[in-house]
Amino acid sequence: MPIPTRNGYVPALPMTDTELDHLVQMANDIARNLDVYPDAAARTADHLRRFWAPALRERIVEHRRTGGAGLSDTALAAVASLDA
Amino acid sequence: MATPIELKPYAPQPDLGTPAAGGEPVSLTVDGTAVTVPGGTSVLRAAALAGVDIPKLCASDRLEAFGSCRVCLVEIEGRKGTPASCTTQVEEGMAVRTQSDKLGRLRRNVIELYLSDHAPSGEGRNALAELAAAEGVTESRYALGGRTHAGLPVDETNPYFRFDPGACIVCYRCVRACEEVQGTFALTAAGRGFDTLIAASQLDTFMESECVSCGACVDACPTPALEDKSVLERGAPEQVQLTTCAYCGVGCGFRAELKGGEVVRMTPWKDGKANEGHACVKGRFAWGYATHPDRITSPMIREAIDQPWREVGWEEAIAFAAGRLKAIQAQYGPDSIGGITSSRCSNEETYLVQKLVRAGFGNNNVDTCARVCHSPTGYGLKTTLGESAGTQAFASVAQADVVMVIGANPTDAHPVFASRLKRRLRQGAGLIVVDPREIDLVSAPHVRADHHLQLRPGSNVAFVNAMAHAIVEAGLADGDFIRERCEWPAYEQWREFILRPENSPEATAEATGIAPDTLRAAARLYAGADNGAIYYGLGVSEHTQGSTMVMGIANLAMLTGNLGREGVGVNPLRGQNNVQGSCDMGSFPHELPGYRHVSDPAVRGAFEDAWGVALQPEPGLRIPNMFDAAVAGRFKALYCQGEDVAQSDPNTQHVDAALRALDCLIVQDIFLNETARYAHVFLPGSSFLEKNGTFTNAERRISPVRKVIEPLAGHEDWEVTQLLSNALGYPMNYRHPSEIMDEIARLTPTFTGVSYDRLDRLGSIQWPCNADAPEGTPTMHSTAMVRGKGYFAVTGYVPTEERTTRRYPLLLTTGRILSQYNVGAQTRRTENSRWHGEDVLELHPSDAEFRGIRDGDWVGVESRAGETVLHAVVTGRVPPGVVYTTFHFPLTGANVVTTDNSDWATNCPEYKVTAVQVTRVTQPSDWQAGYRAFTERQEALLDAARSEAKA
Repeated sequence: MPIPTRNGYVPALPMTDTELDHLVQMANDIARNLDVYPDAAARTADHLRRFWAPALRERIVEHRRTGGAGLSDTALAAVASLDA
Repeated sequence: MATPIELKPYAPQPDLGTPAAGGEPVSLTVDGTAVTVPGGTSVLRAAALAGVDIPKLCASDRLEAFGSCRVCLVEIEGRKGTPASCTTQVEEGMAVRTQSDKLGRLRRNVIELYLSDHAPSGEGRNALAELAAAEGVTESRYALGGRTHAGLPVDETNPYFRFDPGACIVCYRCVRACEEVQGTFALTAAGRGFDTLIAASQLDTFMESECVSCGACVDACPTPALEDKSVLERGAPEQVQLTTCAYCGVGCGFRAELKGGEVVRMTPWKDGKANEGHACVKGRFAWGYATHPDRITSPMIREAIDQPWREVGWEEAIAFAAGRLKAIQAQYGPDSIGGITSSRCSNEETYLVQKLVRAGFGNNNVDTCARVCHSPTGYGLKTTLGESAGTQAFASVAQADVVMVIGANPTDAHPVFASRLKRRLRQGAGLIVVDPREIDLVSAPHVRADHHLQLRPGSNVAFVNAMAHAIVEAGLADGDFIRERCEWPAYEQWREFILRPENSPEATAEATGIAPDTLRAAARLYAGADNGAIYYGLGVSEHTQGSTMVMGIANLAMLTGNLGREGVGVNPLRGQNNVQGSCDMGSFPHELPGYRHVSDPAVRGAFEDAWGVALQPEPGLRIPNMFDAAVAGRFKALYCQGEDVAQSDPNTQHVDAALRALDCLIVQDIFLNETARYAHVFLPGSSFLEKNGTFTNAERRISPVRKVIEPLAGHEDWEVTQLLSNALGYPMNYRHPSEIMDEIARLTPTFTGVSYDRLDRLGSIQWPCNADAPEGTPTMHSTAMVRGKGYFAVTGYVPTEERTTRRYPLLLTTGRILSQYNVGAQTRRTENSRWHGEDVLELHPSDAEFRGIRDGDWVGVESRAGETVLHAVVTGRVPPGVVYTTFHFPLTGANVVTTDNSDWATNCPEYKVTAVQVTRVTQPSDWQAGYRAFTERQEALLDAARSEAKA
């Protein structure tokens, strides 16, 4: 069960899906916009390294390890290279 | 400790009578004094430069010479008659005499004629009265009881100034100011002969007329005919100090004029290089918010947001905030808290907040509201040109031959720049407007766009690619410039891409809605210009491809060689006063001040040495990341200075959930803004009149902000951040914001030459300012790109996933209006709401008719994210299929409707494209009902705190 905050607010379940959904969407957006380059996966990975906080990279890496649902091919390849 | 207020005795701004000229030097004498001036200078101005003050009434150095009042007459050796010195140009060897019996008689006679019909109804500066006194005229021989204009009704309709026809001498300065300076042409002289009267529009009242209340007429008027009501009510100013406007990204220089410690008028500073003596209705008049009763001047705390606020002293509030932050970090880890800086705050304040986060909090979880406006500009221009900033000074537009305005509405959002632009357009420059909506520039008095490319929202990149395709295809690329100034392999790769059939005007027409022939004509106009300049706004950046579009614009400029000199360039029009500065100061989570990545060990090492702590080498959380992490339970506390994320950020209901999930929200603001309703600590901020600092405008111009009244709550904002930092155990000991700027200069290569002393001396400085450019850099990339060689980024068009469907068949886009500013916290608390008291929804007559909607109806606007209700305005300004609103009022809930979609590179929200349905309704939306209830509850909790404090 989620823990109520000091404000008595109880976050909706499941707590983390919104964040993960957004991360998947963001990774795919980056990949789609860089797909025009032949080295799109490398460019996507570089973008993630330069602009994503480590906690977010860890979440998307973990998501790929568990199947990477929703990630595009380029995004999957990019995230895999972060996990290398 | 508070810094002292430094005011100077009031004196009016010098007026040399006619504008400066630029010809070859010409030498002459005036009353025996030798003077050398540029050819083309008037005798009136030459005399003023020689220290000889020729009387004048209709002349002003802000206006072209008019030769109407006949007061500035002179005698010139060897010439007959007594020519008007304002319309007579200097000649080599000319000998001018400004005083003689004959001239005195003529002048006194003219003054008597004026005085015979001059009856001001109130006090105020009066050049005619001063002139009469100086010339010894005490009565008029022509005041024989005939008809006069005395007693005609005074037009009091404008909330900020009045027009008294009895005091008017029909010198046309107001009419000419409206035309030449502002470019609105709202004023005229109606009637003939004695019946001639200055009139707004067609003898309307000022409020009913086309007047935009910029104040140029009031500043130009030599009598009390047009006078500030604040001066009439509070008296003439006695002290003055130079400062910088806190509204839009133009950053106008102002004179704060005071009497008895109270501001009585804000007058545009003639030597202010951003505005050169002009202003708009916001900066000139809408400063009353600074002393509005809604200002909160005591710190407040509470355990939870459903509890009443408790007013406390600074020490208790800071200790409470610091205690909460420390406890949260101890429980949840160092990365569980963060901060948000604001583009409304000064450079010194934003620098200090990001320093507090990086050095005091020990993480890089700092972001700024530029995240939701111009972050794509930073990314796009850094990638292509090497620097996250516009390339020109505003004055550069006077050299442009063709101007392309993309996704910006300068007459509303950047009005003082718009006046410059319109002046150039009246001189004949070409204009291309790229906007789904028919903005005023498309067809304004004496301005008409050569092309209005009314593209569909969301198709920007398809458009810019088609422009580039057409330019390359037509052989209009500047090969020499590209070879010399850009990376050739990247250009070849880009060229192969851009010439693909998918980027042709024909192939992109379906997405953009722009006819191929029209697009090709616009491309030829821009590329064929000697000087082609691009100005763009949030209609470029606030898209899922905002960064791509910025890179596409930079590509166009490089492709056509339109960089590195006056009259050209890539010019982002920044929304708020210090968007550029807040970004420069290292407010983004991945960058230290000066746009240098936190992973760079040399850069990080310099800051670590200066700040005495180790810094994290990885990026921190962006604002939307913070909200997601808050909802996920990992992000627990936020220090938010001067920014109102609850109103300005997209998907309000998600923001609401995030803010409610925080264990400690510290808001520092001048009002209990929307975000503060979720706060546990409220730290009262100071308005721009109450502190020292600097703002950096859209042309990279750093301008001083100077304190003219004491902070109502006792502290300038930088002091509050310092108090919090010290309470957290990270010592800060600045005694004045100049010391903060000195630190910025030591650590930031583009700022090494910036200091308060130099700012005092130069007035303002455009960065880079360093050993290579000790007085600043008006034009960037003049000899080489900042990154060395320009980079052509490949800009594939990726349509937004926000599409119209049968359920959501219309596209909503958002924007701003002249009288209101951003989330409206300031302007809603002024008389500006008389012009715009609520946000409305514009929709096309065909869309309205199909839905049975009439002008003024309540309409519901529903998207995938939420629903809101507002009044409809049926207008042809928007094309069929597109609806438009502004976001100045919280109850409008424009961001209840906007979605989570964001720019791929920066997460700037896609405010400009939301698929919606619009229907006629009879009551507010559920969200609005909930908003009202929450607001009433929070206001009650605030009232409780105030009542308790009084008791």
